Amino acid sequence: MSESAIALAHQFEDLEQQHRAGWLGMWIFLATEVMFFGGMFAGYALYRTLYPAAFAEGSRQLEIAWGATNTLVLICSSLTMAMAVHQAEVGRRGRLIGYLVGTMALGVMFLGIKGIEYAHKFEHHLVPGSGFEFPAPFARNAQIFFSFYFAMTGMHALHMLVGLGLLTALLIRAWQNEFTPGHHAAVEITGLYWHFVDIVWIFLFPLLYLIERHR
Amino acid sequence: MNEHVIPPRLYVAIWAALVVLTLLTTGIAYVDLGLFNPIVALTIAVCKATLVVLFFMHVYYRTRLTWVFIAAGVLWLGLLIGFVLTDALSRGWILTPAPWTTAV
Repeated sequence: MSESAIALAHQFEDLEQQHRAGWLGMWIFLATEVMFFGGMFAGYALYRTLYPAAFAEGSRQLEIAWGATNTLVLICSSLTMAMAVHQAEVGRRGRLIGYLVGTMALGVMFLGIKGIEYAHKFEHHLVPGSGFEFPAPFARNAQIFFSFYFAMTGMHALHMLVGLGLLTALLIRAWQNEFTPGHHAAVEITGLYWHFVDIVWIFLFPLLYLIERHR
Repeated sequence: MNEHVIPPRLYVAIWAALVVLTLLTTGIAYVDLGLFNPIVALTIAVCKATLVVLFFMHVYYRTRLTWVFIAAGVLWLGLLIGFVLTDALSRGWILTPAPWTTAV
């Protein structure tokens, strides 16, 4: 049995058809992910419209430097992911492994910074619940902002953890020399997921950190 | 699948554009544009997302069928947010959020 015959699932005519089906399958999944995050974005839009001043006041409690740094970290991780897909396309195993490790390192860095921010919120009583403290008159409405903050960034961080798991699986397969120029669909399709998670953050950053900073 | 190897320098150019747009959106948040602050912020975010989708995610180079799924996602997201806001804004709730603003 040739290498390509092993890689080909029996329901497909050839590797190209299999690759295309996997590609479209991931896009369908990402469309459902848009709906999943969309519910939170719609809720956010509604409550920001209802309580604009409280959202602005809540947003000002976030460290803009950490948020911007994390945006840049994720953009860099998207570049290294795109480069990893490129190295898989041209069949350079060593560089593929290097870029996968780089992407994972940037992903871990993002979560580390997020952890520092979360710790800061706990210290300053900005976590919704009985311990929440915020100056009047926004004491209650700012809690809604921070509920969205934790729900959205928390769900995003969970997606980052899943992404790191998928990258670990890719790394093991790359290490075992499974990917060849004609057979690297898994790298490209995992890349789609990683870039999608980056896009979610691209919207979260201005929506959570950049409300009415000019005042 | 219609393999088209994209030169790495294009990825670097897209990355540079994304970095510039990130710095731009952060800087412009400190400028008072009134109602346009959130509009500008979201426009920049849409531009960044478009660059990621077209080039990092290879959509520009691949089968047009992909657009059906992207359009479906964007359309339904638009319907969701659009109708939620249309409903809320047309009920006169905005002027009377009393239970949440009077109590402290």
